Amino acid sequence: MSFSYTWIEAVAAASVSVVTAFTGIAWWNAPQMSTTFETVLVSPGAFDFEPTGEFVANGAEIDPGDRPVVFRRPIEIMKFQVTLGDYQRCVSAGQCEAPNTRYADTEAPVVGISYLDAEAYADWYSDLTGEGWRLPAPEEWAFVAAERFAGEVFTRGQDPSNPAIAWIRRYEEQILLDREPDPVIHPAGHFGPNSNGVADLGGNVWEWTSGCYTRIEQDSDGNSVGAPYQNCGIRIAEGVHRAYMSNFIRNGKSGGCAVGTPPDHLGFRLVKDAGFASGLARLGQTVTKYLSH
Amino acid sequence: MFTRRQALMTAGVASVAAAVASIPAAAAAKEAVAPADISRLPRQKVTLVAPPYVHAHDQVAKGGPKVVEFTMKIEEKPVVIDEEGTTLQAMTFNGSIPGPLMVVHEDDYVELTLINPESNSMPHNIDFHASTGGLGGGALTLINPGEQTKLRFKATRAGTFVYHCAPGGPMIPWHVVSGMSGAIMVLPREGLKDEKGEPVRYDKVVYIGENDFYIPRDEDGNFKSYDSPAESYADTVEVMRGLVPTHVVFNGAKGALTGDNALKAKVGETVLIVHSQANRDTRPHLIGGHGDHVWELGKFDNPPAKDLETWFIRGGSAGAATYTFLQPGIYAYVNHNLIEAVELGATAHFVVEGDWNDDLMMQVQAPSPIATN
Repeated sequence: MSFSYTWIEAVAAASVSVVTAFTGIAWWNAPQMSTTFETVLVSPGAFDFEPTGEFVANGAEIDPGDRPVVFRRPIEIMKFQVTLGDYQRCVSAGQCEAPNTRYADTEAPVVGISYLDAEAYADWYSDLTGEGWRLPAPEEWAFVAAERFAGEVFTRGQDPSNPAIAWIRRYEEQILLDREPDPVIHPAGHFGPNSNGVADLGGNVWEWTSGCYTRIEQDSDGNSVGAPYQNCGIRIAEGVHRAYMSNFIRNGKSGGCAVGTPPDHLGFRLVKDAGFASGLARLGQTVTKYLSH
Repeated sequence: MFTRRQALMTAGVASVAAAVASIPAAAAAKEAVAPADISRLPRQKVTLVAPPYVHAHDQVAKGGPKVVEFTMKIEEKPVVIDEEGTTLQAMTFNGSIPGPLMVVHEDDYVELTLINPESNSMPHNIDFHASTGGLGGGALTLINPGEQTKLRFKATRAGTFVYHCAPGGPMIPWHVVSGMSGAIMVLPREGLKDEKGEPVRYDKVVYIGENDFYIPRDEDGNFKSYDSPAESYADTVEVMRGLVPTHVVFNGAKGALTGDNALKAKVGETVLIVHSQANRDTRPHLIGGHGDHVWELGKFDNPPAKDLETWFIRGGSAGAATYTFLQPGIYAYVNHNLIEAVELGATAHFVVEGDWNDDLMMQVQAPSPIATN
């Protein structure tokens, strides 16, 4: 979690590290649940992660390179993406807006979901269960996704004397991805589990993370200059490639001057913070929301 | 549903054939150029290529008028028109939407062999806006599946002109919005000229045909697919009558001119962009560029407009614009009804390589925090 920029994520991470021992122990009376999720507990570990966000030096974007990230405690994450059936319960409860979608397979992942929708669902489901459910941070998603993680698939470096070179190169890299859009909604599990046993990562449904857009200025020695710029109106969705999207967008689309490969669909899955930690994290979330309103 | 229609068509063909038989005598009496003279003209056979490419041609005519021979085969076939796999029961000239761009010079004779293979299900014809009389040739070219015909017309006016299928009555708009249109460019013999009479030359030419499609939806709002054009007809007409297209695309499909298929140019190159729309108004715009010389109406005897930001192509016409690329990068060429460009598909990309010109543009300050002093 070394590259989380919001203090709330730091709180969540800290709390995960404190109370793993309580995992699975209901130490207060959970309310009647209408939905339960199969989760996967991903063991602690370390990996190299190229930080999200833009890194700029001398007015041009640079490649920040990989940095080590350590998870000292397990990550408990939904095995499957939240399905339409799951999501509809939140809609019925009046706590979620209807998704922007036209299919009706309740066993398939819900798509047409904005970041705000996903966050509303996490809040509703946490309230329903008394547990701490939230969107994963990009680092968590990458760690869980393991060999299915793609992240920043496009070269980030730029020639300061000719911005068009990087622009054209990225355009060509997108073509080289050679990925046909896959608009068909498949049932949960269609893309199979990864090495951690988590299903459908890197399929045709991109997943919202809690990551915000950031921009960091660096000097020639790679040290940060000034405070990082952060915009949480833009959130990070992970999948076949990383997508920065406005938090209210339900369908990524390309066209006009937006030269980019859009996600086929936007959906999500949640991670669960254990016991005491979740209480702390939810308190933090409440405070954050209060402060941001 | 075509039985009665076909009967009418067949009757029509018979009477047209009778009319054709009488034409040579009348023409010989009135015209200085009789068929005997045309028969002595040099002939050139051109193999058409699918858009956005254009067959090789001279910008300035060499020698005198000639007879330019073309062959086009009409193909009815399903065509995927967007990334969701929506299928149009398409009708095409030579297998492409739009049909190929034909290039001749003023006073040349266009001689087209039009083939309607047995495998097709409907009669078709061709109406050339560049031609004179005979419903633009439509009256002389109506052919049933399993037939071919040959039409000759004189290219008397210089410009870009639409051609399209016009088999009569309600078949006309339906065939056009099913893909049956293209364009011909009749160049002045001495080549293109600007408003002062100075030559305008291009390094390459691209042909962009814009189409509006009207795909019916099922009760769930999903696009329907059909097994044949005939089965799609009734539903399609209903959507057409609402005048709200479901797709507005360049070269037959959303994304037909982006990504792998993006157009390419270099800084310093001059590109002539021919743009046709056989049915509906459009307004081309090159994002980050301009129209250096624009024949908005497409007719080269009129001086070109200069330095345009957006130009207007009337439904049922073709226009032409030159642009010399001055800066590298990705350019989006769009219908600047941006809803049609982004939501409905009317976007093409140019990938332009070359050196960046800081004099024309530079990022003086990269995005950074707002200054607080």
